[in-house]
Amino acid sequence: MIELKNITKYYGNFPAVTDISFKIERGEIVGLLGPNGAGKSTTMKMITGYMPPTSGELTIDNYDIVQESIEARKKIGYLPETVPLYTDMTVYSYIEFMGKLRGINSKNIKSKVDNVIDICKLGDYRYSLISKLSKGYRQRVGIAQAIIHEPEVLILDEPTIGIDPNQVVETRQLIKNLSGEHTLVLSSHILPEVSTICERVLIINEGEIAASDTIENLSSIVSGTSKIEIDIIGSPQAVKKEIEKIDGVNSIDLWVNKSSNEYTTFSIESDISKDIRSEISKTIIHNDWDLLRLESMGMSLEDIFLRITTTE
Amino acid sequence: MRNILLIMLKETKTYFLSPMAYIVGAMFLGLTWLFFNTSIVPGDLNPITEANVRGYLDPTTLLFIIFAPLITMRLFSEEEKLGTLELLFTSPVKDIEIVIGKYFASAIILITLLLCTLFYVILIYLFSSPDLGPLLSAYLGIMLYGIATLGVGLFASSLSGNQIVSAVVGTVLLLLLSFIDSLGAMLEGLPSTVFNEMALNYHFEDFTKGVIDIGNIIYYLSIATLFLFFTTLNLQIRRWR
Repeated sequence: MIELKNITKYYGNFPAVTDISFKIERGEIVGLLGPNGAGKSTTMKMITGYMPPTSGELTIDNYDIVQESIEARKKIGYLPETVPLYTDMTVYSYIEFMGKLRGINSKNIKSKVDNVIDICKLGDYRYSLISKLSKGYRQRVGIAQAIIHEPEVLILDEPTIGIDPNQVVETRQLIKNLSGEHTLVLSSHILPEVSTICERVLIINEGEIAASDTIENLSSIVSGTSKIEIDIIGSPQAVKKEIEKIDGVNSIDLWVNKSSNEYTTFSIESDISKDIRSEISKTIIHNDWDLLRLESMGMSLEDIFLRITTTE
Repeated sequence: MRNILLIMLKETKTYFLSPMAYIVGAMFLGLTWLFFNTSIVPGDLNPITEANVRGYLDPTTLLFIIFAPLITMRLFSEEEKLGTLELLFTSPVKDIEIVIGKYFASAIILITLLLCTLFYVILIYLFSSPDLGPLLSAYLGIMLYGIATLGVGLFASSLSGNQIVSAVVGTVLLLLLSFIDSLGAMLEGLPSTVFNEMALNYHFEDFTKGVIDIGNIIYYLSIATLFLFFTTLNLQIRRWR
């Protein structure tokens, strides 16, 4: 469905993307991961036809993105990272305009707009000015314009960045519901989001593809460990000794915080297969320590990167 | 074609729903009224006046130097500021369709303003019997002049994401194009002719005298086309950068 062959993109003299090739089959749900500046957005902008590659071949459903640009663009629904919207239009008129622009004719337009407003739960804001909407709702309007023409390919660039936590869950659910009917390419640097929605993951780093695999495979390559941080008021060495006794704990880092009540932060690394939080709680209660914080530190993208690049 | 109409309607609607339209409209009509008043109404300075539209249409050509950029300034600058060019560029719309759609919208706005000046024509007809010929040709001339200036203004809009900058650049370009014939007046021979022929004002005179010269029509249409071409080129260059 989407095929990139030896794609390179230079911004002036700066190589944003260097010789990347990959294929995304029809119906796949792929996550594009990478740190800021890695080349994710650039890659997406090339896939959607916004900017042409400096060299290489890019086809959408076998239509070349440069030579047969209009045909290729018809297949695509795109939500850019910046979620650009015409702020002086109402939600309804904006979606209607974008729908017509993407090829829906006057006969069908009303029902399609209504349908998409339903799906994106924008009913209450149908006639609101876009400038009055919160970021979360603007994001939904952006998604609405991307899906209204039922494109075969859906490209979403960082769709949940900057939305408040309540709406993030709803937006992710919305995206997940969409995934059944489209080929979906989602970019993010939030791993949990990608792992719940995507089947396969492409990691881009410094303009090149660092890894391309399913999530399970990546997790085992990375040989997961889990990290938990606790803040405790108590003698650092004594606490450390007790926690070391817990089954599954691999290593403990600690640092003392000298604030109003002096407490110590322990960073506990353990096997990913064992959830040691209840054991830690029991140990804390048993020893009557003061617990200020217990937090699960998710596996960050940086960790995966480090792991992937060092195992190679 | 469908896309052109779609964009044209959207831009026209957006424009008329904004306060800018009415501020610009009021200023334009206010100034043309001023011109009309001083030229048609007999006073100490001009005791006997002619019943023609030159009095307010002639100065209106100068007015367009500022008003055309005011009309066109948001057309591309706003897209760049909002980031919505990215949406247009990734939709199945050709660059030239975007340009022509916006251009037609600006033309509709201009024609609407000019239609409002027909009020003065009615006034003239109420109090005298002017010649129809020069009247029609003058309006044709001003319309052609107008759409040429809109082309320049649209190009200026595509140069910047800041509306004020676009308006200023547009005004400067139009000033140059309008008064380049003063350069021609100072010189002689071929250079003189070249500069004269390039000037916007130079080609307008005939229309007010009742002369419809195909050369003048072609001139204005060419200016419009040339600057629309530049605008499209600018968009494409931006994509490929």
